[in-house]
Amino acid sequence: MKLSNKQATLLVLALLIAITPFFFPSSYYYRVGSLIFVNGIAVTGMVILIGYAGQISLGHAGFAGIGAYTCALAPVHLGLHPGLALVLGAVISAAMAWLIGRPILRLKGYYLGVATLGFGILVSMVLANERDITRGPDGIEVPDLGLRGLLKDMGLNLNNSEFWYGFTGLALLLGAWLALNLFNSPTGRALRALHGSEIAARTVGVDVARLKLQAFVISAVYASVSGSLLALQNKFITPDVAGYMHSIEMVTMAVLGGAGSVLGAIFGAGILTMLPQVLTVFAEYEQLMLGLVMMLVMIFMREGLLPSVLRLIRGRGE
Amino acid sequence: MSLLQVEGLGIEFGGVRAVHDVSFAMKPGEIVSVIGPNGAGKTTLFNMISGVYLPGSGRVKLDGEDVTGMSPHLLARRGLSRTFQNLQIFQQMTVLENAIAGYHLQESGHLLADLLNLPSSRRRAQVAREGAQKLLERVGLGRAGEQEAGNLSYGALKRLEIARALALKPRVLLLDEPAAGCNAVETEEIDHLIAEVAAEGVAILLVEHDMKMVMRISNHIVVLDHGEKIAEGDPATVSRNPDVIAAYLGTQEAADADG
Repeated sequence: MKLSNKQATLLVLALLIAITPFFFPSSYYYRVGSLIFVNGIAVTGMVILIGYAGQISLGHAGFAGIGAYTCALAPVHLGLHPGLALVLGAVISAAMAWLIGRPILRLKGYYLGVATLGFGILVSMVLANERDITRGPDGIEVPDLGLRGLLKDMGLNLNNSEFWYGFTGLALLLGAWLALNLFNSPTGRALRALHGSEIAARTVGVDVARLKLQAFVISAVYASVSGSLLALQNKFITPDVAGYMHSIEMVTMAVLGGAGSVLGAIFGAGILTMLPQVLTVFAEYEQLMLGLVMMLVMIFMREGLLPSVLRLIRGRGE
Repeated sequence: MSLLQVEGLGIEFGGVRAVHDVSFAMKPGEIVSVIGPNGAGKTTLFNMISGVYLPGSGRVKLDGEDVTGMSPHLLARRGLSRTFQNLQIFQQMTVLENAIAGYHLQESGHLLADLLNLPSSRRRAQVAREGAQKLLERVGLGRAGEQEAGNLSYGALKRLEIARALALKPRVLLLDEPAAGCNAVETEEIDHLIAEVAAEGVAILLVEHDMKMVMRISNHIVVLDHGEKIAEGDPATVSRNPDVIAAYLGTQEAADADG
């Protein structure tokens, strides 16, 4: 039986998540793994926005900030369970994305980039300056999700990093499944159509403004969930989660890995999360090497790492 | 009553009159061609009728309803569909997906159903896929479905655009130079296709440079020169009209003088 692209992607992802722990030299790598998955979730949202719909955002860390701080604040001020706080964060992010998306998605290209950048900076400024609520730039502690304790009672005893590796891995699989469903659905086709030619999409009846807004809201929810999971995992969060560096990172991971494919973008998240750890052998030249790698990939592999490599392999096979 | 009615349509770009006071009407099943020298305003007229440009003056009526300046996606809902002179293909999608995109209004449902891949979403997509495949076969691209659209020849892409436009089941179809870049055989195929579609009751508005084709298939011809309508009528009348001959010969002399 021939696997569809969706099945193949999910299978590869599930196998990677399940098998790599057997090769971990120390439990520290569970932590690196779950960081990759958390970034992978945000980046999967970017695939929907950038890869499918062809729109750019340089401010999506703002939504990650909303997700993260909702998990920190809602349990304390509203008495909400941290898990429900994650959901609330996603709802707030979706509402914010819907509100700001309506005016700014009329912009195109770098105008849209700058407008979204502004939104991200706004969120991180609010988080850093509203000390009475957020405790400012030093950060704030986040309550425990409590799920690990629950699993322990049920007889599944995992240490903290193992639990988060598994939990964020499953969340990433769910996120990838949704994004892959979307790709081949009527909505996904309409998004890719407006990416290809906005005017032609409109003439076949695509309500371009509405579709762009949908993609923007969905990707904001992904970023928000990613921020929430980061906060819950670290049990501590600072306004940096909403900072523009984090926004740029999301876009870079997606584009470097291949913004057109879910697996490619997650691969990009993996590379850019791990590379700084690997490049420490270059000591003070670490950042220099990182920049160089990024430039070389973009010059020689414009579709992104994974799609280019796959094309190369297929080309050899024929 | 006429299906599409254009009344005194005009637009200016930076003080220059691109199209001025153009009127005509179309009935279901009729093939109307807009001809005229390069720069006469044919594509601009198309862009105003299809909602891409907002007309500076005049009105467009579809089935008696005033649709002047209405957004293209709303016109699509009302049964007006078009192709483009400079291809507007979804390059990164397969040929079949391009044709399926034409079914957008029929296949789109709730976003959540699509995200969760619910049976309702799959069913809608399947209906669209089957319809799109039939349309591809109709325009001679039945075997090209899985190819990336960007890899097709120019003539094939022209036919793909027609298939995509037909997927909307339009009542009015605007074709902007459908035979441009096609060889004689392909032109004849497109010729037959247009006649067939018109016979099904679709009103077809055509811009085409291939005069033989225009004279052969049109019921009615509108002649533009410098943005104004200088003549209209059936092919025989128009081809004898002295103003039309002058407009075409005039540009010929000017072209010779430039050369």
